Amino acid sequence: MLKKIVILLFVTCFACFNTVFAAESGGMPQLNPEFWISQIFWLIITFGTLFIILTKVILPKISDNLETRKSQILENIETADKQKEESQKKIDEYEKIILDSKLKAKSYFNEAREKILDDINKKRTALEKDLDEEISEVEKELSDLKNKSGEKINKIAAETSAELIKELIGEEVNSSSIAAIVEDQSKIIRERKDV
Amino acid sequence: MYQFNVYRIGPEIKLGAVDISFTNASLFMVISSLAILIIFNLGAKKKTLIPDKLQLLSELSYSFVAKMISDTAGSKAKPYFSFIFSLFMFVLFCNMFGMIPYAFTVTSHIIVTFVLAAFIFIGVTIIGFMKHGLGYLKLFVPSGVPIVLLPLIVVIEIISYLSRPISLSVRLFANMMAGHTMMKVFGGFVISLGIVGGWLPLSFSVALTGLEILVAFLQAYVFAILTCIYLNDALNLHH
Repeated sequence: MLKKIVILLFVTCFACFNTVFAAESGGMPQLNPEFWISQIFWLIITFGTLFIILTKVILPKISDNLETRKSQILENIETADKQKEESQKKIDEYEKIILDSKLKAKSYFNEAREKILDDINKKRTALEKDLDEEISEVEKELSDLKNKSGEKINKIAAETSAELIKELIGEEVNSSSIAAIVEDQSKIIRERKDV
Repeated sequence: MYQFNVYRIGPEIKLGAVDISFTNASLFMVISSLAILIIFNLGAKKKTLIPDKLQLLSELSYSFVAKMISDTAGSKAKPYFSFIFSLFMFVLFCNMFGMIPYAFTVTSHIIVTFVLAAFIFIGVTIIGFMKHGLGYLKLFVPSGVPIVLLPLIVVIEIISYLSRPISLSVRLFANMMAGHTMMKVFGGFVISLGIVGGWLPLSFSVALTGLEILVAFLQAYVFAILTCIYLNDALNLHH
């Protein structure tokens, strides 16, 4: 079966070749010298023109383009590098400024704090002094009053008791004796209180 | 082989006894040259920092050829840059225009490729003798060869040097012709096998078209790079 197919294929191929090449004869047209001179002539003319125009006009332009592009790119890279450096410098400066200002702010803050603390301390001491003075004054007054009040109370008690006795009995009692009694009583009361 | 036929377009032009009539081959040479000039002129016209498509194309091909020359022939070959650039572009465009259906492939004619190769050969030889004088003949005497073998080696070297234009021209011509012939053969298969079996050769034909475009570029590149190598031999004599 396979053999048959292969043989058939060969036969058809052969037939095809025959039909393809049957109409053509006389060998390759390339070897026919009829138009050789004409081809050489036109080849020289066209290739010569092409060569001259390319050399004189077009290729210099292209190489010029390439050169300018190269130089421009190099220039751009250079300026970019320069600008990068500059910007780096500026960034450094900026950072320095920020650091300085931070330090300054810190010192200002510290100064202000110290000042305020100083102020507060001064005021506090002054206030404490005042307070102490006033307290001592008041204490003095109080002690004065305390000391005086006993006497006064005794006096008042003596007077009232004298009047009371007068009302009750209708006669005058020696005031000094009354005062002595009141003194004794108040002493007893004070002692009780103390106890 | 109808596609390789050269025929006259317009009137017969005679220069003395020789026929230099305008033919379809001449037409495609003119078209290729014009296409190169138009594309590269448009590409070189604007001078923008960021290139547009045509400018990019022209600049890329410029640097491609420049790199090819500096890689193979060194910095001394710089004066010949424009010639190799034109040569590469001319061969490339002729090959590529040949890929258009019904177009004529200029480089599929041995006479055209041979004239180019012979011009390169003669030019390179002249450059070699101008640069090194008779010392250029040292090219045929490789260093480090035993004296007994020297006569044989020199003969082989001379033959290989003289066969350069032939190998250069035949390589391009044969590649272009073989590719187009193969396409034609497969196209013929499509017709003769008809709608039943024609699909296989048709798909082959499609694949071959891609291959042929590759070959068209590759052969132009090979042609240019071999020119560079020959130029390198002439400029930097070290064997």
